[in-house]
Amino acid sequence: MSPLKIKKGSSKHSAYDLRDPNADVQERHTLAVLVDNEPGVLARVIGLFSGRGYNIESLTVAETDHEGHLSRITVVTTGTPQVIEQIKAQLGRMVPVHGVHDLTAEGASVERELALFKVAGTGDARVEALRLADIFRANVVDSTLESFIFEITGTPEKIDAFAELMRPLGLREMARTGVAALSRGA
Amino acid sequence: MTRAMTGAKMVVQALKDQGVEVVFGYPGGAVLPIYDEIFQQNDIRHVLVRHEQGAAHAAEGYARSTGKPGVVLVTSGPGATNAVTGITDALMDSIPIVVLTGQVPTFMIGTDGFQEADTVGITRPCTKHNWLVKDTKDLSRTIHQAFHVATTGRPGPVLVDIPKDVQFATSEYTPPHKTPTAHYQPRLKGDLEQITRLAEMIETAERPIFYTGGGVINSGPAASQLLRELVDATGFPITSTLMGLGAYPASGKHWMGMLGMHGTYEANLAMHGCDLMINIGARFDDRITGRIADFSPHSKKAHIDIDPSSINKVVHADVPILGDVAHVLEDLLRVWKARGRKTNAAGLQKWWKKIDEWKAVNCLSYKPSGKMIRPQHALTRLEALTKGHDRYICTEVGQHQMWAAQYLGFEAPNRWMTSGGLGTMGYGFPASIGVQIAHPDALVINVAGEASWLMNMQEMGTAVQYRLPVKQFILNNERLGMVRQWQQLLHGERYSHSWSESLPDFVKLAEAFGAKGIKCDNPADLDDAILEMINHDGPVIMDCLVEKHENCFPMIPSGEPHNKMLLGEADPANAIGAKGAVLV
Repeated sequence: MSPLKIKKGSSKHSAYDLRDPNADVQERHTLAVLVDNEPGVLARVIGLFSGRGYNIESLTVAETDHEGHLSRITVVTTGTPQVIEQIKAQLGRMVPVHGVHDLTAEGASVERELALFKVAGTGDARVEALRLADIFRANVVDSTLESFIFEITGTPEKIDAFAELMRPLGLREMARTGVAALSRGA
Repeated sequence: MTRAMTGAKMVVQALKDQGVEVVFGYPGGAVLPIYDEIFQQNDIRHVLVRHEQGAAHAAEGYARSTGKPGVVLVTSGPGATNAVTGITDALMDSIPIVVLTGQVPTFMIGTDGFQEADTVGITRPCTKHNWLVKDTKDLSRTIHQAFHVATTGRPGPVLVDIPKDVQFATSEYTPPHKTPTAHYQPRLKGDLEQITRLAEMIETAERPIFYTGGGVINSGPAASQLLRELVDATGFPITSTLMGLGAYPASGKHWMGMLGMHGTYEANLAMHGCDLMINIGARFDDRITGRIADFSPHSKKAHIDIDPSSINKVVHADVPILGDVAHVLEDLLRVWKARGRKTNAAGLQKWWKKIDEWKAVNCLSYKPSGKMIRPQHALTRLEALTKGHDRYICTEVGQHQMWAAQYLGFEAPNRWMTSGGLGTMGYGFPASIGVQIAHPDALVINVAGEASWLMNMQEMGTAVQYRLPVKQFILNNERLGMVRQWQQLLHGERYSHSWSESLPDFVKLAEAFGAKGIKCDNPADLDDAILEMINHDGPVIMDCLVEKHENCFPMIPSGEPHNKMLLGEADPANAIGAKGAVLV
């Protein structure tokens, strides 16, 4: 009896390799999901993503319609076109979900994220950090003799770029909100 | 007019208003107020199971055989966790059940109280939806919504977790018609443009096939009627998944048998070679498709399903039709008839000739033995001797389940209860109890393997207590037959823990519970034993000792396409490659 030659972990998500070799292009999509603001609704959405092996790059949630008890979840996800379609269908059939909008596919949209940066340093580095913050239109919201906290809003790419610049200048901590997004136009 | 009442009374009132006749349950500390209310009324019958998993499966059996939602009532903590397997089973097979669980009082939630478990957290991924009711004023509305969600769209299990203080507190009762359900209303009507496209394809297809599933049965009796009309009017061949058996009659002229891993030769080859596949209420499960890349490579595929996430999940649909099967088939028939009822007669004739050649292979043939009972023979005899009876069949999971699907014929929907998606050993016996409760005068048979059956054998107590004449037809090979088969084909005949050691004497076991036991190990006695089983007025365990090393064929090895079927013992060596071995 020869031992079985089974390649361990031959597929990233499961034993079933269901991926279409021609559609192996990873896309990044921003989805806006309107849900009933009921207990456990966020756990339900996150559980769907983890249970089915989907990616979450960023996720924000807050009540947006107090009267109607509706919350808006903005989730940035990556996957093949087929996986993105599945995510939308899986979200759409959940009982507390009122609507799923693919902001990436449904025309132009605006994406913004807010971040706070704590940068510590003295001398030239401190001056340089302040100068760069000005270029990036970041606000100083707290200051000591050895540190600043900057507040910055922008696209995730802009915040990434700012983080890269702050790193050698004494970046200590960073907090990001994740993406909030709306489609353009009326 | 609204009425004030306690939460516990509300539960019973809500069940009455939902038309519930029977509840399968098991009492415990956190549901005592509800049990107290059940004690004080006679409208709703409570069936006491012996394990909460049994309650969930019994509710599934009830639901599948009636088309109505099954109801489960269990206590907090272990009561709820024991029910989880049954709930997951109902989710995978789209069976509407409503599970009511007790919970520790609201002020104790989160304190690790006695018999506390995060029931909504545990069951969130295995229910269609669930609710924790924290205020009695929301309770009746929530229960009505739960019934609505369980039975609307693609059916499934729902759970309502009710803390004990919510059961004691008093509030106003909301009747069903005052409960808002407007938000959750899945679409029933299919898109007419797509339906017309499908009608056009039906007119020209040379090698068409209907591939139907549990969705036809879930859609209701009208869907089965419309399906029969459509199949007979077009003359197209039809096959079905395990879940869909009975929607089209097994005696029907166009029936090819079940498809998939253990489906018939003709059904699988027709799936592989077709040019138009019409999927009605099935979901391209991996047991059906085999290797996706080689699945029915030359066909256009139409997919009718009520669940948008089923369409394009694993197989691309050229004609996706989102809607309820009965509604879509009605429109499809109307459109196709209005266009002149056309089909490609010449193409069809050639196609049927080909199918008849495949049928002639007679893939389910076997030679009965004079010495040992072959399981196929046992089922052939069971079929012959129970035909014409008002018959319902349940199964456990494994080889016997596949043989039952192959050798028993189903003429009507809702007559076949089996765990398809989850493959739950221990499903069949409690399911048969649920079926018998719903149909007290029918012949209810659970085709079982001895290993599966032992998993929920405590339900003998339930069967005897309620005088349920369920017939436990155990094909006893003293093996975990399907595991053993895979070990033989895939794991170098190393039979790791796949035999049933220290089996009970099933006849004595039946007698110990106050039921009847029959043992049969001789082919010559088989008919008499089966007749004795079906003629006995009461629960019976029939221990049918069968050939121990029988394999279930035909078989599409994991990871292979439909046209690479194994038909028999001839050459199973190297049939399954390393890639197939990682699949289950």
